[in-house]
Amino acid sequence: MSSIFEPEIIEVMEHSKSGQGKPTASLSTTEKEEIDREFSHYEDKGSVGLEALRIVQKHRGWVSDESLHAVSAYLDIPVAQLESVATYFQLIFRQPVGKEVIFLCKSASCWIMGCNRLQEKIQNKLQIKPGETTEDGIFTLLETPCLGDCDKAPVMMVGEEMHRNLTEADIDEILDNKANINRAEGCRHNHAEGSRHADKSAD
Amino acid sequence: MQTNPLTNPLTKNIGPHNSATDIGHYRDNGGYRGWRKALDMAPKDIVKLVQDGGLRGRGGAGFNTGLKWSFVPSGEDSPAVKYLVCNADEMEPGTFKDRLLMERDPHLLLEGMAIAAYAIEARTAYIFIRGEYHLAAARLQQAIAEATEQGLLGSNIQGGDYSLEIHLHRSAGNYICGEETALLNALEGRRAVPRAKPPFPQVSGLWGKPTVVNNVETFCNIPHLIDMGAEWYRSLGRGEDAGSKLFGVSGKVKNPGTWELPMGTPVREIIEQHAGGMQDGLQLKGFLPGGGSTDFLGPEHLDVPMDYDAIGKAGSRMGTGTIIVLDDHTCPVGLVLNLSQFFARESCGWCTPCRDGLPWVVKILQRIESGEGRLEDLELLREQAGRMGPGNTFCALAPGAAEPLQSALKLFEQDFVDHIEKGCCPFA
Repeated sequence: MSSIFEPEIIEVMEHSKSGQGKPTASLSTTEKEEIDREFSHYEDKGSVGLEALRIVQKHRGWVSDESLHAVSAYLDIPVAQLESVATYFQLIFRQPVGKEVIFLCKSASCWIMGCNRLQEKIQNKLQIKPGETTEDGIFTLLETPCLGDCDKAPVMMVGEEMHRNLTEADIDEILDNKANINRAEGCRHNHAEGSRHADKSAD
Repeated sequence: MQTNPLTNPLTKNIGPHNSATDIGHYRDNGGYRGWRKALDMAPKDIVKLVQDGGLRGRGGAGFNTGLKWSFVPSGEDSPAVKYLVCNADEMEPGTFKDRLLMERDPHLLLEGMAIAAYAIEARTAYIFIRGEYHLAAARLQQAIAEATEQGLLGSNIQGGDYSLEIHLHRSAGNYICGEETALLNALEGRRAVPRAKPPFPQVSGLWGKPTVVNNVETFCNIPHLIDMGAEWYRSLGRGEDAGSKLFGVSGKVKNPGTWELPMGTPVREIIEQHAGGMQDGLQLKGFLPGGGSTDFLGPEHLDVPMDYDAIGKAGSRMGTGTIIVLDDHTCPVGLVLNLSQFFARESCGWCTPCRDGLPWVVKILQRIESGEGRLEDLELLREQAGRMGPGNTFCALAPGAAEPLQSALKLFEQDFVDHIEKGCCPFA
């Protein structure tokens, strides 16, 4: 039977269907266990897709094409369906993000209470615009719709932490604090790596 | 916050500290009494009681909750599987009431959901919660575990035949998921675009099964309505509508916050007494009575009671009952631009007036705000607001976006004209 599609297109479609178009970074045992726990809650496993993406993101920082294909293969959800979900939600990151994601509330109440000044402050301090990540990989700035804390506007969420009644001075304090913690962790991590190497060489 | 259980059933357990009421404290304070009472009633009698109580949906639409439940097929010939869903995707600009209820008294929501599920004969329920509400999700998860351990949820509740599982489904940040059919698509793992109605979810909802979707605050009204009866519940309201309600005020007032007050409390009382009035040196220029997707009202409407019909007659909607106050030093064009940007960003892109109309509105408003507007732009905005109005789109996002726009063009027309004639924003 003749097809309305060119052979190359059919090939691409076949690949995307079977998840072979991209190298598949398989899911870890932990990731699979966490995803499996969700199955029993739903009539159809399609519902687990979003949570599975969130689990993968928790372990890997973001959802790469490879991760998306891995989840698609594991849940047997078409890549296109999973991608349409992944790109729909602002909390699923299809690009790498920094260790600390800043969600600055830009909604009406926060706007009235001066969130634009805070945004300028953050942008100048970190030298990034919304959607960008600092060179040291610590911060990503995102604008977010209403965070539902409007009586304490202006507000922002850093990671999962809410910060309320913000002033420009608070921004300095919060971001400096986060930067210091991340730098210290980075040092400890490097130090630990270093000592492991040292142990190895001692062997 | 006042904690009189007779007048403040929604917030009686909420103290000054940011902690959640645990199951022990909740039960000591009369918690799960309504649920135990409900288990001795016939489901259809609960539906009738809720309908008689006059509870109207607190998510914004204000539909009679019991009536909504009564559309679910019941009896022996009805489908065996039905679902109950809690819409906890609070994301309406300026709305911060469901967060409070879930973070501080999670068992109240669970009890309300349990009664509702029993009333429509559902054995599985979902709480569809905003991805950003981490604390609320953690506390609800804990509360579900506590209630299950005490035999109030799970299999054979209180030793009877009825079983109910409540699952937490975390969303990931998308305004349109608050629309109930979009929410159902999201819950099924699809892209969250709204569905055509009919069929209504009560007949064909989640996975094609009869489904009821109610807002967090709506469920929180159920336990005491069942416990104390319809007559008592109706008497809580001061005006036409029954019950109490969480009202909120944000913007440049002295004491922004949330308070549980009788339905029908006048706007003036909420803004001047509870929110402490305007900050020094500022005048109230207008207000959005129930979140970002409601029409602006002016100072002449301050004495209107916060009742669904009264606010409707004044030309707006009760919406979520959380008031955003606009002061005379804040630019109304800028505020409408901010709201339009939000709606443009959150449009799912399914219907043309919304997908293409909203970015166009944003473009025109940006032009006016930056002093490059033309007088014809006002007519263009009015036309656009008309095109985004009810009946032209699948869901209420675009009509909601049109409300602050069309009303601002009426109430604050001179400010729009000033921007255009002066060639700049007079508030900058």
